[in-house]
Amino acid sequence: MIKMKDVYKKYTNGVVAANGLNVQIAPGEFVYVVGPSGAGKSTFIKMMYREEKPTSGEIYIDGTNLATLKNREVPFVRRKLGVVFQDFKLLPKLTVYENVAFAMEVIEAPSDTIRDRVTEVLDLVGLKAKARMLPTELSGGEQQRVSIARSIVNRPKVVIADEPTGNLDPETSWDIMNVFRDINEQLGTTIVMATHNKNIVNRIRHRVIAIEGGLIVRDEAEGVYGYEI
Amino acid sequence: MKFRTLRRHFRESFKTLGRNGWMTFASVSAVTVTLLLVGVFVAIMLNLNKIADDLEHDVEMKVYVELAADEASTTALAEQIRETPGVAEVIYSTRDQELERMVQDFGEDLKLYEQSNPLREAFYVKATEPQQTAKVAQTIDEYPNTYEVVYGEGKIEKLFDFLNFGRNAGLILILALLFTAMFLISNTIRITIVARQTEIGIMKLVGATNSFVRIPFVLEGIWMGILGSIIPILAVVFGYLQFYDYAEPRLRGEMIQILAPVPFLYIVTGILFSMGVFIGIWGSFMSVRKFLKV
Repeated sequence: MIKMKDVYKKYTNGVVAANGLNVQIAPGEFVYVVGPSGAGKSTFIKMMYREEKPTSGEIYIDGTNLATLKNREVPFVRRKLGVVFQDFKLLPKLTVYENVAFAMEVIEAPSDTIRDRVTEVLDLVGLKAKARMLPTELSGGEQQRVSIARSIVNRPKVVIADEPTGNLDPETSWDIMNVFRDINEQLGTTIVMATHNKNIVNRIRHRVIAIEGGLIVRDEAEGVYGYEI
Repeated sequence: MKFRTLRRHFRESFKTLGRNGWMTFASVSAVTVTLLLVGVFVAIMLNLNKIADDLEHDVEMKVYVELAADEASTTALAEQIRETPGVAEVIYSTRDQELERMVQDFGEDLKLYEQSNPLREAFYVKATEPQQTAKVAQTIDEYPNTYEVVYGEGKIEKLFDFLNFGRNAGLILILALLFTAMFLISNTIRITIVARQTEIGIMKLVGATNSFVRIPFVLEGIWMGILGSIIPILAVVFGYLQFYDYAEPRLRGEMIQILAPVPFLYIVTGILFSMGVFIGIWGSFMSVRKFLKV
């Protein structure tokens, strides 16, 4: 599903954020990406949805090489992915429903399909009753649910989450993790999640990839967080 | 692009006008103020241009015929003048008609000369290009049987210089105004778009193509341009009608005339409307371009 081969990334300011990454993630896997701040975790994640381009190497998402992808083809690869952020990145002036529907309008889906599908995913994340509210009227956990709903509405094969629980209290974080678990188990969606949340990584065991200094220093199935906070 | 997407863009562009109420107001006001200035200026310039044309077309030369010329050679001269390149109109005036003019201009005393008329026959000649009068006069002066060609040498050159200066100055002013307008409006629109930078970023992240992001913004720009042109159009139309009612009777019978409201006001309306639309498209296109590289 995702494959990186000898990926290097050097920023213009000289920082080397990826120093030869090799990794392979199979369809349906749930992967944590851990590591100290500034270790290249974010770059690793960003390169997967082509926010950053590798300096050299190959990155395959569902068979497409992102390293050689032309700019105007980027939108079509992003449609195969769902992305969830720490700060939710919802459109503040659109309602919950419109925020989720937006991702479908972008791919020019018919409006009755949009209506059915948006209702379906809002039900899945437990926000059907708040469809008409604005993001600002929701709690952090609820906003993150909206952004998860948006990320899965087009049935992507992969959901990439960058610290999805970073802004949430522990209780809410567990709820959000349950949503991700459902998506992974029920829909078979591959999930790649960068996180700092030790409790979550240690309690809900999945494959752990640890990145330090732009290198993968540890890659274990059913791994642990491994860092003291 | 699918039809429903286009419909979505139209719907979206109208919605965002309302959602960004104050930003919309700011942009529309900027367009309004600028177009008002442009409208007033265009109206003034077009009229000055008309007046300049009127003045120019009033310029004519007078060709005196040799006293010795008989009827046949006078006719031949008339023919020759008519065929000279650059000549638009030739009017023949007999010696008696010439005297009549003089009497009209200088008084009854001159009627004495009716006994023995000392005047010459003359042709009143207008050039197709008034600015070419001097050149045409020189050519005609070479012909046999012309005694003299008079065209207000020195004076008309000054007039033409002045009119040309006026025209160029007006053109430069309008261009400068347009440039300022573009700058002002694209800046206002840019500010409204900077405020929506995150929005554009999110659109790109969920896989929106550049044109998908751009089209609603450009449509929005068009609506703002149209909204912004309404007040200037109304102001210029009603203002000019008022002015015309005031000025036209006072200029009746004079050498210079101002432009009639039709088709002049249609032209100005067209100019202002299309400028509004163009400014809207251009402003949003330029501004959104910067934020598409996400």
